[in-house]
Amino acid sequence: MRTRTRTRTGTRTATLFAALALLLAGCSPGGDGRDDGRITLRFQSLAWQEESVEANKELVREWNATHPDVRVEYVQGSWDSVHDQLLTSFEGGEAPDIIHDASDDLADFAYGGYLADLSGLLPERLKSDIPGRSWETVTFGDGVYGVPFLQEPRVLIANADLLRTSGVRVPTPEHPWTWAEFRQVTKRLSGDGRYGVAWPLKEPVSATLNLSLSSGGRMFHRDADGKVTVRFEEGDEVMPRTVHDQVGTDRSASSDTLGSGGSDTLPGFFAGKYAMVPLGFSYRQQIEQQAPEGFDWQVLPAPAGTEGLAQGVSPQTLSIAEDTPYKKEAVAFLDFLLQPDNMVRLALGDWMLPTGTRALKDPALHTDEDGWATGTALAGHLRSAPAQSVRGYAEWKDKVATPALQEYYSGAIGMAELRGRLEEDGNLVLARYQR
Amino acid sequence: MRTSTTARAGQYAALLAYLVFLAFPFLWLISTAFKPARELGSLHPTWIPRDPTLDNFRQAFDEQPLLQAALNSLAAALGAAVIAVLVATPMAYVMARRRGRLGRAVTGWVVVSQAFPFVLLIIPLFLVLKNLGLINSVPGLVMVYVVWSLPFALWMLTGYVRAVPAELEEAAAVDGAGRLRTLVSVTAPLLAPGIVATALFAFITAWNEFFFALILLKTPERQTLPVILTHFIGAEGVADLGPLAAAAFLATLPSLVIFALIQRRITGGMLAGAVKS
Repeated sequence: MRTRTRTRTGTRTATLFAALALLLAGCSPGGDGRDDGRITLRFQSLAWQEESVEANKELVREWNATHPDVRVEYVQGSWDSVHDQLLTSFEGGEAPDIIHDASDDLADFAYGGYLADLSGLLPERLKSDIPGRSWETVTFGDGVYGVPFLQEPRVLIANADLLRTSGVRVPTPEHPWTWAEFRQVTKRLSGDGRYGVAWPLKEPVSATLNLSLSSGGRMFHRDADGKVTVRFEEGDEVMPRTVHDQVGTDRSASSDTLGSGGSDTLPGFFAGKYAMVPLGFSYRQQIEQQAPEGFDWQVLPAPAGTEGLAQGVSPQTLSIAEDTPYKKEAVAFLDFLLQPDNMVRLALGDWMLPTGTRALKDPALHTDEDGWATGTALAGHLRSAPAQSVRGYAEWKDKVATPALQEYYSGAIGMAELRGRLEEDGNLVLARYQR
Repeated sequence: MRTSTTARAGQYAALLAYLVFLAFPFLWLISTAFKPARELGSLHPTWIPRDPTLDNFRQAFDEQPLLQAALNSLAAALGAAVIAVLVATPMAYVMARRRGRLGRAVTGWVVVSQAFPFVLLIIPLFLVLKNLGLINSVPGLVMVYVVWSLPFALWMLTGYVRAVPAELEEAAAVDGAGRLRTLVSVTAPLLAPGIVATALFAFITAWNEFFFALILLKTPERQTLPVILTHFIGAEGVADLGPLAAAAFLATLPSLVIFALIQRRITGGMLAGAVKS
C-alpha cells in the first residue's frame, strides 16, 4: 500500500516536471532568422486600437510579401511603459530595429546615442513631404532622430444640440473663437447644473504649453549660448487665466474635472452636464464608440489668439536604433510605411492626422463625418511643442509646473504666485541640467 | 451578554465592510467586462450590464495573443513555484533546526534582500541574463522569479519547519530511522501544507508580476498576461476599457481557482493528528 502511494506520488512528480519542461521548452527563444540569408528587422509598434493594430499588421504583411530578403517582424509595444522598456533594451543591446514612439520621449535616447541620426539616410521624397515644423520636433542638436508621421491637435468636442439651442456662433478653422469669446460662450452655455466646458487637466503642463502658443506663449527662451530659461510672459498668461476665470469666477467650467483625464469627462459630456470638452483629436474614436444613440457631437477648433490657431504637438515618430546593422533596409521599410496612401491608412486607424502633405490631401481626411475636415484644416497650424528639446523639462514639469498649475487652476494661488514658481523654482531646476 | 452580542455584531459589520472593500474592484471588473462600449460611457453606471455582451472578450482575443500569454504565464509561474519550493525546503530545514550565528545572519540577509526595489536590480539582471542568452525567454524569467520569491518562501517555510516538533524526528530516530528516512517519512508529510502554501505564494507572485516580464520579454509570443494587458492602454493613459476588463478578468481567474482548490489544505491544521494528546 505504501509502495503504491509512493509510486503514485512519484508518477505525479514526474508528470509535473514533464509538463513544466514542455511548457518551458515551448516558451524558449527561437532564432532571430538572420542566419538564413535573410535580414529580419524587428518593428516595435505602439498601435493599440483595433483598427490601428490591424493597419500596422497589414502593412507589415504587404512589405513581407514583396520583400522576401528583408523580413519585418511586428513586435507589439505599449505606450504605458515604452520609455522604461526602451531604456533597458538599449542598455542591454536588445532594442528593436525600428522604434515607434513620440517626439517628446526621444530627447534622452537621441542625446544618449541610442538612436540613429537619419538626416543622411532618409529619401528626399520623405524629407520634402513632411513640413519643416514637423521635422523640428525630432531634431536634437544637429541630428534628426525620428520621422514624425502622426499628430493630433487639441480640439473642442461640443454637444451640437446645446450649441444650436444656445444660438452662439459656431466657430470654424477660418473663423475660430478668440479666447475672450470662448469665455463668453462658455458662460452662455452654463446654467441649470450644466457647465459650458470641462477641462480635463490631470496633466496640465502639456495642455497649457501647447495651447498657449496660440497667444504667443513660449515659456522657454533659449539665449545665444543655447541656455534655456523660463519666462512666463503676457502670451503665456492667456490660456491659464481663461481656465482659471471659467472655474473660479464664471463657474462656467467644472472644478471637478481639473484632476481628470480626458476619458473621465466623457460620461458627463454624453449626459449633457458639459457642453464642450477640450480633447486630443483621436478621442473622437472613443466618442464615436461610446456616445449614446442619437447623441449629436461636433469638432470645433481650439480658441485662437494673437498667433491664430497655432498650438504645440508632439507627433508620433518612427526611429531606427543606432545599433542595428541594417539601417539602409530599415529606412527602406520606413519609406514604404510612410508612402502617402499608407500614411493615410495609419492615420485613419489611429484617428489622427498624418504629417505628410500629400497624405493630408486625401479625400478621406476632408469629410465632415466625425470632424475629420476640421482637424485636417488645423494641420498647418501645428508646431513643435515648446518644451520638446529642453533638458530638465521632465523634472521641471513634475516638480514645479504640474503642482503650480494645478493650484492655480483650482484657485489656491494667484497669477503672481504661479509666475514666481514657474520662473524662480523652474529656472533653478533647469540650471542644474545646463551647467 | 448584550455587550458580547453587540461586539459580535460589530465584528461582523467590520468583516462585511472589509469583504465589500476587497470584492468591489473585482465585481466592478466583471461588470465592466460584459458591458458594451455605450454603457461604459454612461454617467450613471449600473452593476448589472443593461445589455450584456461578449464583444469585449472577442475583441480582446482578436487583438492580443491572450492564450499564448496565458501559457507563458503558466510556465513562468509553475516553474517559479516548483523550483522555489525545491530550493527553499532543504534550506528552511537547515535554518530552522541549526540555530546559530550563521543561521541568524542568513535570516537577516534574507529579510534585508526584500527591501531592494525592482528598479535597482533590473539593469544588472538584464545584463546577466543577456550574457546567459536568457533574454526574451521564459526560463530566464523563471530564474528571476525564483530568486525574487526565494527569500519570502524561505522565511515562510522556516516557520513551518519550526512548528514541526523536533521530538517527532527524535522518536523516529529512536525507532531506527535514518536522517533521510526521517525527513522523507516524518517531516515532509507534516510540512506538506506549508509547502503548498509557499508554492501558492510563489505561483501567484509570478503570475501577477509585471515589471520584470516587461523588461525581459521582448516579443508578443513570449510575453506574459500582465504585459499583454498593457497593450490595451494607449497614449496618455487612454484605455480600451471593455477589452482590458475582459482580459484582466480572465487573467485573474486561474489565481482564484487555484486558491479555491487548495485553500483548505492551507487553513487546515498543520499538525492535526501528528501527536496523540
